[in-house]
Amino acid sequence: MRNIFLGLAFGAIVFVVIIGVLKNREVEKPLLLELKEKYTGRKDIKKVDHSKFENLNKNFKEPQEVTKECESCHNLTAQEIMKSNHFNWEREEYIKGKGIIYLGKKNSINNFCIASHGNEKSCAKCHVGLGLDENGNMVLDAENIDCMVCHDNTETYMKAPERGGEPVKTLNFEKIAQNVGNPKRSNCGVCHFYGGGGNNVKHGDLEMAQFSPDKSVDIHMAVEGVNLQCVDCHITTNHNISGKLYSLCSMNRERVTCEQCHTETPHKENIINEHTLKVSCQACHIPVYAKVNSTKIYWDWSTAGKLKNGEPYVEKDELGNHKYMSIKGSFVWGKNLKPDYIWFNGSASHYLMGEQIENPSVPLVLNPLFGSYRDGDSKIIPVKIHTARQPYDPVNKTVIIPKLYDPNKGSGAFWKDFDWVKASEIGMKENGLPFSGKVDFIETRMYWPINHMVSSAKQSVQCVECHTRKGSRLANLTDFYIPGRDFSKIVDYGGTLMILFTLLGVFGHGGGRIIAFYKRRGKQK
Amino acid sequence: MSKYVLLYKGFERFWHWMQALLIIFLAFSGFEIHGFYSFLGFQEAVLYHNIAAYSLIVLTVFAIFWHLTTGEYKQYIPTFKNIKAQLDFYLLGIFRNAPHPTKKTLLSKLNPLQRLTYFGLKVVLIPATIFSGLLYIFYRYPGIYGIEAINIGSLKIIAIAHTACAFMLVAFLIGHVYLTTTGEKITTNLKAMLTGYEELEEEVEEEKNGNQ
Repeated sequence: MRNIFLGLAFGAIVFVVIIGVLKNREVEKPLLLELKEKYTGRKDIKKVDHSKFENLNKNFKEPQEVTKECESCHNLTAQEIMKSNHFNWEREEYIKGKGIIYLGKKNSINNFCIASHGNEKSCAKCHVGLGLDENGNMVLDAENIDCMVCHDNTETYMKAPERGGEPVKTLNFEKIAQNVGNPKRSNCGVCHFYGGGGNNVKHGDLEMAQFSPDKSVDIHMAVEGVNLQCVDCHITTNHNISGKLYSLCSMNRERVTCEQCHTETPHKENIINEHTLKVSCQACHIPVYAKVNSTKIYWDWSTAGKLKNGEPYVEKDELGNHKYMSIKGSFVWGKNLKPDYIWFNGSASHYLMGEQIENPSVPLVLNPLFGSYRDGDSKIIPVKIHTARQPYDPVNKTVIIPKLYDPNKGSGAFWKDFDWVKASEIGMKENGLPFSGKVDFIETRMYWPINHMVSSAKQSVQCVECHTRKGSRLANLTDFYIPGRDFSKIVDYGGTLMILFTLLGVFGHGGGRIIAFYKRRGKQK
Repeated sequence: MSKYVLLYKGFERFWHWMQALLIIFLAFSGFEIHGFYSFLGFQEAVLYHNIAAYSLIVLTVFAIFWHLTTGEYKQYIPTFKNIKAQLDFYLLGIFRNAPHPTKKTLLSKLNPLQRLTYFGLKVVLIPATIFSGLLYIFYRYPGIYGIEAINIGSLKIIAIAHTACAFMLVAFLIGHVYLTTTGEKITTNLKAMLTGYEELEEEVEEEKNGNQ
C-alpha cells in the first residue's frame, strides 16, 4: 500500500516537472525571434491620404506655399519644429567645467569643414529651413520650415546646391505634398550619409550603402531582413528625435540604445551577459565600419591652396577617393576599419569658439569623451578617430574659423582665392573673434562613436580578439585587467623560474640517484 | 616479516586520481586563458575550465567529508619529529641506498615532510586557489535585476593571486610525481596508489596495534 502511494507521488512529481519544462518552452519565445516577427515584412499603413486634400491640389511655385498648407492643418506643429535642433542648429547643453551653453551646428567647431557660420550658403543645404535672408543668415520662422525634406515619400525632393537650404525650384511640389508620410531612410540619409561634404566622410558607419543595404552591411537596415527605418530606433515624440552624436552633444540624455529592444542581458551565456556591465553592445557587434565605401580618417588643411596653371585641382587615390583637393588639402581614407575603443560614460566636452588652447604642441581633442574603468557609468565603446591639421592662430592660441565659401572670386573666401590670411580675417570677423594676422596649423582629433553597421551575431568580435597578449583590440585601454591580455611580470617570471628550478631539482636529484645506483652496482661486482 | 595492507581505500584513490586529472586539466586550460598558448580556443578554455573547477569543488567537499568522518585528517597533522632525518634521507641517504628513516604504517602513512607539504597544500594552497577562482567567476554574476558585481575595484588582484596559486600547484605536481619514485622500488608508491595495497613491515603494525 505504502509503495503504491510512494509510486503515485513520484509519478505525480515527474508529471508536474515534465509539464513545467514543456510549458516554459512554449512561453519563452526567444526575444530575437519576437523582434524579427514584429518587424519583418511590415506594411506601411497610411492613416491619412494627403492626395485627397483639396488645398494640396494646386500648382505650388514656392516651397513656402507648401509649408503654409501643411501648417493650415498641423497648426501647432511649427512650435515643435522651432524648438528642435534640426531647425535651430543648437541645443541647450551642460558641459562640465564650462556650464550651460547653447551648442550646435550653428557655432561648433569640427575638424572637417571647420565651422558653418559665414558659410551657410553651402552648409545650410542640410538645414530643415527653406533658405537664407539677404544678409546670408538662416531664416528661423514658421513659414520657412522645410517640411518636405523629412516627410517627402516620393524620393524626389532635392535641395539646391549652394542656395542655403532652398529646394530645386523645378520640383513637382504638388506631387510631393500629396505624398508625405513618416520619414524613411532616404529622408534622413540625404543629409546624414553625406556629412562633411561627401558620402561617408564624417561618420564612417552612416553612408549611402544604407539606403538599401544587405545583411552583411547592416543587420538592422537590411532590406531582405527586418528593414528598419531610422525612426524605428530613433523614436520621435513631438518632432523631438531621440539619439544624437557626441560630435555636437554633451549630455547623457535622450540616447538611443540597443537595450531598448534587446534588453541588457540578451545572451544565452551568462559570462557574455556579464560583459555588458563594462562593454557596450556596439564594441563587439560592430567589428568593422566603413564596410562598403571609405571614410575620411585624416585631413590636412595645411597643404590646401596649391594650384595648377592658376587653377585648383583634384587628385584621386586608387579607390577613387579624393587624395588631394586644392580647396581642402590632403586626405587619408580608410575602408573596412577596425574601430578604436575608449571608455565613455555618456557625457562629453567640446572645444568652443574662441577658447584658448592650453598646449598647442599636443593634439587638441575637439570633443573629449569622458569615461574610465573606475567610473561605474562608463562602458567601452567603438569610435572612429578623425585626425586633422587645421588652421589656428598661434598668437591668440585659438582655432581659426576661415571664410571658406562665397560664390564670387575676390571675396576673400578660401575656396575662391586660396589666401589663408584673408580667409581667416573675414571668417573670424564674421564670428566676432579676434585674429592676429598669423596662420599656423594645429593637429586636432575628433571622436565619432560608431553605432550603426551592426553585423550578425556570427560575425561579432570573438573572445580572443581582446583576450590575447598580442594585438588585442583593447590594447590601448590599459587602466584595468583583461584575462589573457594582462599578467603580473613578477608572478609570471617568478612562477616560470620556480617551475624551472623544480625541474632542475628533479633532474639533478634523479640523475644523482641513477649515478649512485650504477656506482653501487659496480662496487658489488 | 611483511604483509600486504590496504593502505589507500577505494574513495581515497578515486579522490586522488580525480583530483590529479582535474588539476592537470585546470592547469592546461587555465594557462591557455592566461595567454601562454592557444589550443582549445579562449571561449572553450573558459567554458571547460569552469566545468572542471566546479567538479573539483564538488570532489573537494566530498573529500573533506570523508576525511572528517573517517578521522583520516589526522594523517595530515604536521609533526616536526624526525623531520631532519627525513630531509637527510632525501639529501644524502637515498644516494647510499639507506633505509627510509620513518616507517610507513596504516595509521601513519605519511612521512613528516609529506605531512607538512600536504597540510600546506590542503589548508592553504588548494583553498586559496578555489577561493580566488570563485571570486574570479563571481566577480560578475547574474542577479535578479540584471548583472551585478561584487564590490572589488579590479579583477587584477584576484587574477594575479589565482595565477600565482596555479604556478605553485604545477611546481608541486612536478615534485610530487618525481617523489613517487622514492619508495622501496621506483614504482612501489605508484602501484600502491593504483591498487590501494602496499607491502608494510608487520612488526610495526603489531607494535602500533599493541599501543592502542
